[in-house]
Amino acid sequence: MSIRVSGVNKSFGDFAALTDIDLDLPSGQLTALLGPSGGGKSTLLRIIAGLELGDTGTVEIEGVDATRLPARKRNVGFVFQHYAAFRHMSVADNVGFGLRVRKRPKAEVRARTQEMLELVHLAQFADRLPAQLSGGQRQRMALARALAIEPSVLLLDEPFGALDAKVRKELRDWLRRLHDEVHVTTVFVTHDQEEALEVADRIVVINDGRVEQEGTPDELYDAPAGEFVMGFLGPVTTLAGHLVRPHDLEVETHTFPGAVAGEVARLTRVGFEVRLEVAVPEEPAPVLVTLTRADAARKELAEGTRVWVLPVPGASRVPVAGLAAARR
Amino acid sequence: MADRTPGRVRTVRQPSALRWPLRIAVVVYLVLLVVWPVAIVAVKTFERGTGAVLHALAQPEVVFAFELSAANAVWAVVINTVFGVGISLLLVRYEFPGRRALSALIDLPLSVSPVVVGLALLLVYSGRTGWFGPVLEGLGLQVIYAQPGMIMATAFVSLPLVIREVVPVLHEIGTEQEQAATSLGASPLQTFLRITLPAIRWALLYGVVLTLARSLGEFGAVNVVSGGVAMRTQTATLLVQERYNQFGADSTTAAYAASFVLALLAIVALVVVSSLRPKEHDR
Repeated sequence: MSIRVSGVNKSFGDFAALTDIDLDLPSGQLTALLGPSGGGKSTLLRIIAGLELGDTGTVEIEGVDATRLPARKRNVGFVFQHYAAFRHMSVADNVGFGLRVRKRPKAEVRARTQEMLELVHLAQFADRLPAQLSGGQRQRMALARALAIEPSVLLLDEPFGALDAKVRKELRDWLRRLHDEVHVTTVFVTHDQEEALEVADRIVVINDGRVEQEGTPDELYDAPAGEFVMGFLGPVTTLAGHLVRPHDLEVETHTFPGAVAGEVARLTRVGFEVRLEVAVPEEPAPVLVTLTRADAARKELAEGTRVWVLPVPGASRVPVAGLAAARR
Repeated sequence: MADRTPGRVRTVRQPSALRWPLRIAVVVYLVLLVVWPVAIVAVKTFERGTGAVLHALAQPEVVFAFELSAANAVWAVVINTVFGVGISLLLVRYEFPGRRALSALIDLPLSVSPVVVGLALLLVYSGRTGWFGPVLEGLGLQVIYAQPGMIMATAFVSLPLVIREVVPVLHEIGTEQEQAATSLGASPLQTFLRITLPAIRWALLYGVVLTLARSLGEFGAVNVVSGGVAMRTQTATLLVQERYNQFGADSTTAAYAASFVLALLAIVALVVVSSLRPKEHDR
């Protein structure tokens, strides 16, 4: 295990930011800490980096107990959401900073800086100031700066959070390719479930300072441990006391075994997708169903059409605690 | 910083009937209060020709007074730069009980009359009657009526200038760059020298120039603690007062010449400061 966090608690005044966190993050993998804002995931990352101290518990990095090690001795690469670029230094000086404070020979610093700049495709901007770069370029510079010290682990705190949607997407794909090339154990914090599902080898879902579930993206998506994980990883709707994904519902214009009858109350087309709100008499809220445009056209669905819905076999379902109790 | 450059927004204003009267009022006010008196000093200085001025400035007492003023100012700048940066870091980067009180206390030298500052120093450090003075004098260190007391008085009155410039910049740059440096392996000293100091350098320089100007012009507090003995504890401002009160054209010329040099130094400081300002914003 490359990073082992055991029994970590952290409070800020009365607010419990993290409660009994135990986590093993394997070597060489790209792990996402996923959860809503204020859930404690950034605090956990900062505790691993040594930028914050846990109230209790230990942090082990590459088999070394790092709990009492100051941040500068943990050999951790950290990337901040807002880049934390050294404004008064050129891009090359930013990247070489970690090596210069380690008093490495000048030639080595120069060679390594050049290598890193080429890795992040910023070689032609070496002499610019960070202010002359775009947001995406600045974040790539920050990444090169963190990688230059050959860290045992790379930690990224909402690395794409400050970027616009298109750059975000590009950088996300690029991070995945970079990780396949460099293979350094990487942990990144995100509140974007799509980002986590797309990029990460493993996802740790954190909410209210606790680990809700950890596993591969498929495990989490197909077998969510509870309502929170199910709801956070994608759209959900409620049918017969269970949370189910709208695209896991089969809809027909005739009855079939087990199906629940209702009426299409609203039909919205979003690109290739059709979203239905089906009014079912037994349900307090309309049941959401998504299907492809072609499918909807073939079934001649329209607002007011009488339909029957049922989860497809193998659909992930999670019982709704609150609703089930209310029914009893 | 580029992403925060404000766009060019032109405000359309109704021409006001008060516009010209207001402008004239401001100009007249400034002329009566500042420009005219300072101009008179310049005129009076050169009333008897440049030769007399140069002669007055070459007097050993005058040269000594300026050297003493400069030495006091340099010491005050060094002390206030070191402590100013330290206190600024303490105020911005750390939470501790009494932080707000300390912040308010730092403005005290601006609000308290320099004469009171001098008197307070006298009460503590006076060699005979002071609270702490006799002990120091026993150790061979004379504070009052000597240079240490003058430096303390000067440093006291110019204390807030560096801090008030540096604190907002420290707030603005935040802690992320310092944290990034730490995680990259920099020691606290390396982080300070390579990250924090370059980030506050313009504000610090601005504070230093202000401190220098304020220190050179200090009169009240230094007057109380120095004794104003020519060739021993008389600074340029004290010399101006003494010579102005003496009879004789030579004394008057010396007073005006010294005043003129002091005013000139203040103007140079202002020019330096205003040429630093835009750089701070372009950064």
